[in-house]
Amino acid sequence: MSDGSPILRVREVSKSFGAVAAVRDVSFDLYGGEAHALVGENGAGKSTIVNMLAGVHRPDAGTIELDGRPQDLTTPADAKAAGIAVIYQEPTLFPDLSVAENIAMGRQPLGRFKTIDRAAMVRQAAQLFTRLGVSIDPNRPARGLSIADQQLVEIAKALSADARVVVMDEPTAALTGVEVERLFAVARSLRDDGAAVMFISHRFEEVTALCQRVTIMRDGRHVSTDLLSDLTVDGMVRKMVGRDLGALFPKQDVEPGAVAVSVRNLTRDPVYADVSFEVRAGEIVALAGLVGSGRSEVVQSIFGVDPRDSGTVEVGGKILPPGSPKRAMAAGVALVPEDRRQQGLVMELSIERNVTLPRSRSLSQLGFLTGSRERRSAKEWADRLKTKYGRLSDEVGTLSGGNQQKVVLAKWLATKPKVLIVDEPTRGIDVGTKAEVHRLMSSLAADGVAVLMVSSELPEVLGMADRVLVMREGRLVAELSRAEATEEAVMFAATGQEAAL
Amino acid sequence: MTAVELPAPRRSSLDAVLRARELGIVIALALLVAVTATSNSRFLSGQSIRDILLNTAILAVLAVGQAVVVITRNIDLSVGSVLGLSAFTVGTLLQGNNLPVVLALLVGAGVGVVCGGLNGVLVRYGNVPALVVTLGTLYVVRGVTYFWAGGSQINADELPSGFLDFGNATAIGIPYLVLLAVLVLVVTGVVLRNYRMGRELYAMGSSPHAARLAGIPAGRRTVGAFVVSGGLAGLAGVLFAARFGTIDAAAGTGYELNVVAAVVVGGVAVFGGSGTVWGAALGALLLTTIGSALAVLEINQFWQQAIVGALILLAIGADRLVAARVAASLKKRSSHVR
Repeated sequence: MSDGSPILRVREVSKSFGAVAAVRDVSFDLYGGEAHALVGENGAGKSTIVNMLAGVHRPDAGTIELDGRPQDLTTPADAKAAGIAVIYQEPTLFPDLSVAENIAMGRQPLGRFKTIDRAAMVRQAAQLFTRLGVSIDPNRPARGLSIADQQLVEIAKALSADARVVVMDEPTAALTGVEVERLFAVARSLRDDGAAVMFISHRFEEVTALCQRVTIMRDGRHVSTDLLSDLTVDGMVRKMVGRDLGALFPKQDVEPGAVAVSVRNLTRDPVYADVSFEVRAGEIVALAGLVGSGRSEVVQSIFGVDPRDSGTVEVGGKILPPGSPKRAMAAGVALVPEDRRQQGLVMELSIERNVTLPRSRSLSQLGFLTGSRERRSAKEWADRLKTKYGRLSDEVGTLSGGNQQKVVLAKWLATKPKVLIVDEPTRGIDVGTKAEVHRLMSSLAADGVAVLMVSSELPEVLGMADRVLVMREGRLVAELSRAEATEEAVMFAATGQEAAL
Repeated sequence: MTAVELPAPRRSSLDAVLRARELGIVIALALLVAVTATSNSRFLSGQSIRDILLNTAILAVLAVGQAVVVITRNIDLSVGSVLGLSAFTVGTLLQGNNLPVVLALLVGAGVGVVCGGLNGVLVRYGNVPALVVTLGTLYVVRGVTYFWAGGSQINADELPSGFLDFGNATAIGIPYLVLLAVLVLVVTGVVLRNYRMGRELYAMGSSPHAARLAGIPAGRRTVGAFVVSGGLAGLAGVLFAARFGTIDAAAGTGYELNVVAAVVVGGVAVFGGSGTVWGAALGALLLTTIGSALAVLEINQFWQQAIVGALILLAIGADRLVAARVAASLKKRSSHVR
């Protein structure tokens, strides 16, 4: 365990991206010889902290101190020089170079005339692997290494740089059980050699297995830092989500009608497998789970943008062919995608053109789009959604995030869908607009539209949904009724802690 | 840490593939020479070989510079125009002046370095793809040369004889131009293979994101790669002037495509990160030899373009195939690792 003063102190750091404060006044200490967990929901600001330690982002305020000296980490090279090594979930290796070169990059042993001493480089890599107890050929190119092996190469890189602070950002997300064990053995030996290990994970059993101390973040703020021995898993979950669910969510009670969409055994290796559920008319069903659990991929496959290996999607009694958004639209399915800038809108086109895009055929006369018809229809929908805009002919890119989202909604609502799929409908928009979007979804459901909502925001899930489906690692692991769905229950299911239910 | 028995450093499969890749060009070259020589023995005459080597020297110098840029996942299309500007600059300078050859080489390279620096800065700080930037400078530099030259042409009789001698003279039977090209090739090859700076170029091309996180000064290196390519194009311009003696504003028009073709045929991956300047130089030799062979075999010159095109497709196809097989074998190998 730790003794003495911390190696690394994070002092009241803040970081904003545009108007969004990602991290506010967060402080914690990392001690040598100790593994420190950083946990929090999606969007709690963990990645921003990692990026600040890595020198990718610079804090707007606050300092990062190493051995009591404030550090100005403005580039990844600074962080590296300061002895901070970051291991990302997706390792960042050079696929064309050999493993030994990847490890030694920027620090290659030099021989005569400052040329690289390749033999020494390979020897060093082999020694590092022996110390880590793994067998990877230092001469092979990094291309083709499994994710687990790539992470071990990253760790070897950290060792070769004598890194004193090793940050691991969700390293286990893509690993199998055996690989996790091997990674942990290595992490423990790093820790026992005196390094400060920071470990980020959504899996509590891993946190408890590896770490001594845990810092919990929520909504960009520091909630607590405790010794793990003082905290139960239940306590951690409560601190992670601990929010009041106000009466913010205007969910109207609707008697569900006939099955509007029915999904059977949808599988796409390796993203998701065997996903089956149905949504009835008038029902709002939330698809919850952690980022990367396969939710967005499932809904995109239902709409036909993404391929699938097997399984069927039935809308209104008719089976939809895979890979055809056109047929899905004809059957009355609309998808409001997660990334509105990339997938939902054509940023350079005008508001009216964006709103009428999916209906350009039905709005056109003799194959020509006439301005007046387009404008009338666009105005009607933009006004109905209380969109704030200058002129309808303005570029959509000039609107605020919330109003952009309304344009996306208008675009799809105007097609009069029977099934509305929304992926993260309120990401990055302000509270007021959020409430409007929620009210809209609720009234749509009351009109008999079947709504399928993917959301990472638990309050939204709990507040809006009649039923909550929880996905974990590509599988549907729980179905909770409105009564059963609590923040804890959803979180436990999403992180694989059924035992505590 | 415990002392361990270390396996003797083995040749990696990547090395083997690369060597095989260059071996492929050598075999193609040997076949081509054999077939052409049996059809017309003059193809192996001293003069014919000399011509091929001299033409290769110019293309190879350009290809070496291009390879450096392509390895960083960029491309430099302006090399033909830079060659033209450099050739015309040096020619104008030497008109009636008997300056030493070394100075001519330095001036030419200097012109190229300025152009390359401009490319690099635009790519780096303008954040514009190199394809677009260098397409722009291709026209700009060519336009400047035309504007400057007007319709004028510099003829061999206006150039000092010392300079023209440099284009034709030999040392131990090998033309100076070829020796210079080999020197460029060896120096660049050693820097790319054995110096940190060189390895960082490969790293940047292999994964720009990882390079940034690894703290590689990618901006400086990008500018540096373009400066090398520009400088070598400028040097090639001097070689061009010395070899042909006649220079007008159109000198080197269309060279950029030959250069890119040589680099690609030579096994430098267009997406960066792999390939060697040796391969690029071999590619230049192969393309030049094809040109000469077709003339000797009395095949229509227009076929040459089709053949070069087919060769590029073949080279890329072979690379994809090899890459897929290597990837498959590496996957299999890694699954045996505990």
